[in-house]
Amino acid sequence: MATLTTAAPAPPADERLASTSPLRKALTRPELGAAVGAIAVLAFFLVFAPSFRTGAGVANVLDAASLLGIMAVGVALLMIGGEFDLSAGVQTATSALFATLVAYQLTLNAWAGVGLALVLSLLIGALNGVLLLRTRLPSFIVTLGTFFVLQGLNLAVTKLVTGTVLATGVSGLDGWGSVRAVFASSLSLGGVSVRISVLWWLLLVVVATVVLTRTRAGNWIFAVGGARSAARQVGVPVARVKIGLFMAVSLCGWLVGMITMARSGSVQANLGIGLEFEYIIAAVIGGCLLTGGYGSAVGAALGALIFGMTKQGIPAAQWDNDWYKLFLGVMLLGATVLNDLVRRRVSGDRE
Amino acid sequence: MSARQAAQAARRTELPPPGTVLVELDGIGKRYGNVLALADVSTVVRAGEVTCVLGDNGAGKSTFIKIIAGAHQHTDGVLRVDGEDTTFTSPREALDRGIATVYQDLAVVDLMPIWRNFFLGSELRRGPFLDSARMKRTTREELARMGIDLRDVDQPIGTLSGGERQCVAIARAVHFGARVLILDEPTAALGVKQSGVVLRYIAAARDRGLGVVFITHNPHHAYPVGDRFVVLKRGRSVCDAPKAELPRDELVGLMAGGAELSALEHELSADRTAS
Repeated sequence: MATLTTAAPAPPADERLASTSPLRKALTRPELGAAVGAIAVLAFFLVFAPSFRTGAGVANVLDAASLLGIMAVGVALLMIGGEFDLSAGVQTATSALFATLVAYQLTLNAWAGVGLALVLSLLIGALNGVLLLRTRLPSFIVTLGTFFVLQGLNLAVTKLVTGTVLATGVSGLDGWGSVRAVFASSLSLGGVSVRISVLWWLLLVVVATVVLTRTRAGNWIFAVGGARSAARQVGVPVARVKIGLFMAVSLCGWLVGMITMARSGSVQANLGIGLEFEYIIAAVIGGCLLTGGYGSAVGAALGALIFGMTKQGIPAAQWDNDWYKLFLGVMLLGATVLNDLVRRRVSGDRE
Repeated sequence: MSARQAAQAARRTELPPPGTVLVELDGIGKRYGNVLALADVSTVVRAGEVTCVLGDNGAGKSTFIKIIAGAHQHTDGVLRVDGEDTTFTSPREALDRGIATVYQDLAVVDLMPIWRNFFLGSELRRGPFLDSARMKRTTREELARMGIDLRDVDQPIGTLSGGERQCVAIARAVHFGARVLILDEPTAALGVKQSGVVLRYIAAARDRGLGVVFITHNPHHAYPVGDRFVVLKRGRSVCDAPKAELPRDELVGLMAGGAELSALEHELSADRTAS
């Protein structure tokens, strides 16, 4: 990691300040745990899973990490802002189903379905945010509600319209070719075929990192998550920031939904159920505190990468897939303990 | 530079001459439903002076602050800012009129660096991005100007001591063009030495021409820096007097609730002889 090697610009020497070693500085970075974990997991599977050592193996890992990673970026921003979204997983299905059903049933251009799904997704995000602020309930409860509502709608409406739990038919519509090109094509990088979803993921990580560290909005996200009332007192528009964050998660959900739809041309109505916790775990492994106010998009991306490596690595090493769940639990506990240590170090050990 | 920042910059250069009445309360009262939190409180805050508001817990100090700071609205009486009848509907509105409040919790985000805290809600930008270099420099300069020498403005504010954080919060309010500075029990959680440091910053702010409202329950902290004293008791004002008319002992007596304290003393000593 770059932060391990770059020293901070030397401030005037002060006798009260013991010289901060680069290592100690690195220890307060949210990404540290995830970086170390990613290296360890990589080394582990490089030894035990031979296919990891090939370009195609790397591309597979990145592909597995990318869809999770896109969501983890949005979820990490939301967690830094102090909230959870349990409806994030089913939202991917809602946007994909909506795009497919509307475009096919009304025989629209495929892009019309994509655009309308974007509008719907943003509305769902805004609704999550508004419900949270209006009811003053914890986001865990509010989004658990929307999780069930959307899950029910996904299945019921799909069955009502198609008679099955599968929405298909978009692949015959006008514009489908370009939709596939944007959301589901592959690029050849040095002879290895890489899915375009990996690029979408990287783009989101870069955008989210710039927003978090270099813009006013990023400052506000940290502030509303770290100390909501303090943020309000100095004039940060807390409601706007929170609603915006829920909409960002929904935007990521829309993107994942479109990628899923574009890959196969059909959408299962139960898509995304259960994945919401994986997003949160990826963000936590990436250094996001469950209490908000701390974390990074790069960390969440590394968390997703660890997931991708494990998902691909366990079968590649020819072990039973059930070990995956055990691994998840261990990673989550380890990461949470580490994060707590980091938080106490950063906030001055005052509790 | 946003319109608000421009307004702040303008205010910073034109503080009114010392003695000008900035805020005036005339028979202010506040009811929450049928609960009377504050009744008939009057006082003035002048530029270059410190108005101390004293009172025990539950005396109405918080309600008093919240009305001037715009967090709550008074239900009785008149609040005048620069001689104008005013009812603030939000803290932002009060802030835009130059009334800044430093709350007990300091409104700082522990995990964020000092400079990000200093500019939180009023960030300087270059294009769409934060102008971090300028914000860091300004933070260092502003703190130095208040006589605060901090190690590193990039460290999380949570690593500072209580007194240091208090001073950062005060310096922030002063920098952002406060003409009236409301300090909510700034010395309550501090030791003797740290309290002294904070009292010195209060004097520094006063000498820069600000009107300061200093809320405290400690008359020994209030008396050295105060120019005017308001004592609240059970939501009512029992005293509103300039320093010249109020000797220290009288203030201490009012605050301690002289009669109540001697009754308590009597009771405690009676217990002792009885056992």
